[in-house]
Amino acid sequence: MRAFSYSRAESVADALKGVVGHGETKVVAGGTNLLDLMKADVMRPTRLVDITRLPLNRIEETAEGGLRLGALVTNADTAHDERVRSRYPMLSRAILAGASAQLRNMATNGGNLLQRTRCYYFYDTGTPCNKREPGSGCGAIGGVNRIHAILGASEHCIATHPSDMCVALAALAAEIRVTGPRGERTIPFEAFHRLPGDAPQIDTNLAPDEIVTAIDLPARGFAAHSTYLKVRDRQSYAFALVSVAAALEIEDGKVTAARLALGGVAHKPWRDQAAEEALVGRPADAGSFAVAAEAVLRDARGFGHNDFKIDLARRAILRALQDAAASETP
Amino acid sequence: MAEAEFSTLVEVSLRVNGERVSRRVEARRHLIDFLRLDLGLTGSHAGCEHGVCGACTVRVDGEIVRGCLTLAAQLDGADVWTIEGLSDTGEVRDLQQAFVARNALQCGYCTPGMLATCADLLERSPAPSRAEIREHISGNYCRCTGYEAIIDAVETVAAARRAATGQVAIGQATIGETAE
Repeated sequence: MRAFSYSRAESVADALKGVVGHGETKVVAGGTNLLDLMKADVMRPTRLVDITRLPLNRIEETAEGGLRLGALVTNADTAHDERVRSRYPMLSRAILAGASAQLRNMATNGGNLLQRTRCYYFYDTGTPCNKREPGSGCGAIGGVNRIHAILGASEHCIATHPSDMCVALAALAAEIRVTGPRGERTIPFEAFHRLPGDAPQIDTNLAPDEIVTAIDLPARGFAAHSTYLKVRDRQSYAFALVSVAAALEIEDGKVTAARLALGGVAHKPWRDQAAEEALVGRPADAGSFAVAAEAVLRDARGFGHNDFKIDLARRAILRALQDAAASETP
Repeated sequence: MAEAEFSTLVEVSLRVNGERVSRRVEARRHLIDFLRLDLGLTGSHAGCEHGVCGACTVRVDGEIVRGCLTLAAQLDGADVWTIEGLSDTGEVRDLQQAFVARNALQCGYCTPGMLATCADLLERSPAPSRAEIREHISGNYCRCTGYEAIIDAVETVAAARRAATGQVAIGQATIGETAE
């Protein structure tokens, strides 16, 4: 790994001083993704600001009846928190479907939002990649693209977002709290990650001089009818080929509210609000769920090796919605 | 506002296997290299060095982590335990015995990390199912055993520890004496 210089921030103000106006400075917390990318020479920051000492390591109640997850709470502590488990079981389940025990103990909530794609061409510095080196081309288009996007891709990038946690956060309509030299602001979850367009090197709408401080979960947790279904090449410790966060509210057999988000299919966690709205008022049965699945995938497009994901996603959506409808305790 | 201070060399003071250690480390020094190269604690192994294989698993502040994706510079004030410490205190002695008895290792490269991970599981879950054991060790690769023997060993220890509840100290001493 290339040499870099290091600073240990003792406060949020301290951290912001460290990152302001320095393009090659990166913030490090758990380090599970950044340090790996530095070892692979994909990311080459010359300075790291260590934010692990900042007071962002608590899970607290919000005035609106939700939970505020500190950016530095580890994925493990979040998934095992009793309030998260009982009120947001879909989120707990999604987190535990990802990575390994060791990585979940290190990885933080803020870092999970900011993790980068696992596209093999992004990691392989000997191949073109518009995300790693803008303008160099996309190795995956016309290359090996089994794990790549079927929704929202562009001619410049067909990479997917690798997170499980973020798929559940998208379905829960979480909000991201960030702070920077222009003060604090809140970003709705769907506006946090970007589609690749013609600038795939930019993953999120977090400004380079801002840091994530917390994730706010709304009061509505869909605890009675929700699930996270992850389909992957082996039963554990693999990234999703397709995953589905599905949540329903049901009264007298009819859907009164629905949430549907997919992982492994796009450059961002893919929530489809039109499909959700179309479910409302319909019977909570396989017929309605199949219509929703068709709606989510109406514009899906494969790139060869990943064509199978379209069918797989359709079936995964159907099964996840059925599981969510059936289970009182997922 | 004053500029934040950046340095390529970082002073760290931490505890490793219960002993206080102070060193000046390069900012890019990973915990696994700090343990092996700077402190001579070669029980923890560097495998894939990309956070995948688990050979570098060590305990930091009570939680198992990847030594290859942790910077030593970040560990000022931390409490680190490696296989050397876990062996010396006797904490994993019954697991070690069961690994031998069940042939849960061949080349041994994964074993220090595997033991740390299995010890972590048994601390949290005294009666894990085979599926639960499998899931917990999914971040520790073993290319020799096919895992079944490891799962057998963990099950055996979990059962023995449950049986010895209330007389844990006596049970462990008995196993230890047999070993010596």
